[in-house]
Amino acid sequence: MEKKGLYFEDVREGDEAPPVVVANVSRTQIVKYAGASGDFNPIHHDELYAIRAGNDRVFAMGMMTAGFLSHMVTDWVGDGNLRKYKVRFATRVWPGDTVTCKGKITRKYKKDGKNCIEADVFAEKQNLEKAVIGTIIAELPGKTASGAH
Amino acid sequence: MRKNQIKTRKENAMPIQDLIGKEIPPFEFPIERGKIKEFADAIGDDNPIYRHPEYARKTPLGGIIAPPTFTRTQVFWRPGPSNFEIAGLDRRFVLHGAEEYEYFQPIFAGDILTCTTKITEAYEKEGKRGGKMIFVVFESTFHNQRGEKVLISKSTTIQTGGVVKN
Repeated sequence: MEKKGLYFEDVREGDEAPPVVVANVSRTQIVKYAGASGDFNPIHHDELYAIRAGNDRVFAMGMMTAGFLSHMVTDWVGDGNLRKYKVRFATRVWPGDTVTCKGKITRKYKKDGKNCIEADVFAEKQNLEKAVIGTIIAELPGKTASGAH
Repeated sequence: MRKNQIKTRKENAMPIQDLIGKEIPPFEFPIERGKIKEFADAIGDDNPIYRHPEYARKTPLGGIIAPPTFTRTQVFWRPGPSNFEIAGLDRRFVLHGAEEYEYFQPIFAGDILTCTTKITEAYEKEGKRGGKMIFVVFESTFHNQRGEKVLISKSTTIQTGGVVKN
């Protein structure tokens, strides 16, 4: 199963990415990200600590959701094609939330002979609140430049 | 221990702007194949380029690469005080505000990166719901073992006036 990504000739401004859905985020998933990243801030896995700090319960690391979103982006634009990825964290993701990652091309252009696209990307919760909002720039392969024609 | 030399903001009358220009000594950050797989698992990404050498070799990139946000883990690998401690922030009230990456070269499993970080912005702002908010931006530049610049990342940390309810 080769991951192909996009060709510059095939995309248009306004095109949308195939969404990536992460259903029912669990505490186990948060702990898994803690182990993988090394982020052992107890606010993300220790319920008592999180409550004593004034939260209702533990919540996911922003970077975990940014990771879900980057998965959507790389599946869409292809491996190694991302040039900029910029996100801000707007609201938190709690255990039980379902996160849907989406993207839409806002600009297609050539710069210094390179095929570039810009897109708006975001990770949205089941209540349509956006948890992570961002933009990307990717450099896409061209069909002719690859020698296919 | 160095940790004990870090003062919290309360004990420390220094204006927040004085943090600008503060540097974290460069350190080596090895890109390990096992950690890449673990990280890809944790973000639910089943892409074989993060796992299978045979598959990865046949792609135009030619090897297992790190996912786009993998290098953020440097802050937990790095020796010495944490970003919170360096900026004198209270981690109970710290939120991750924003994150930005500019990619120059692919980062491969087996690479040994050198990471250099400095604080490029630090300021206070009145929060919407009252209370002062502190913003600190850490900018990191990563070079690989061949001296090539592979990545610049910017991370914005926010300390709120208290617990944020959403």
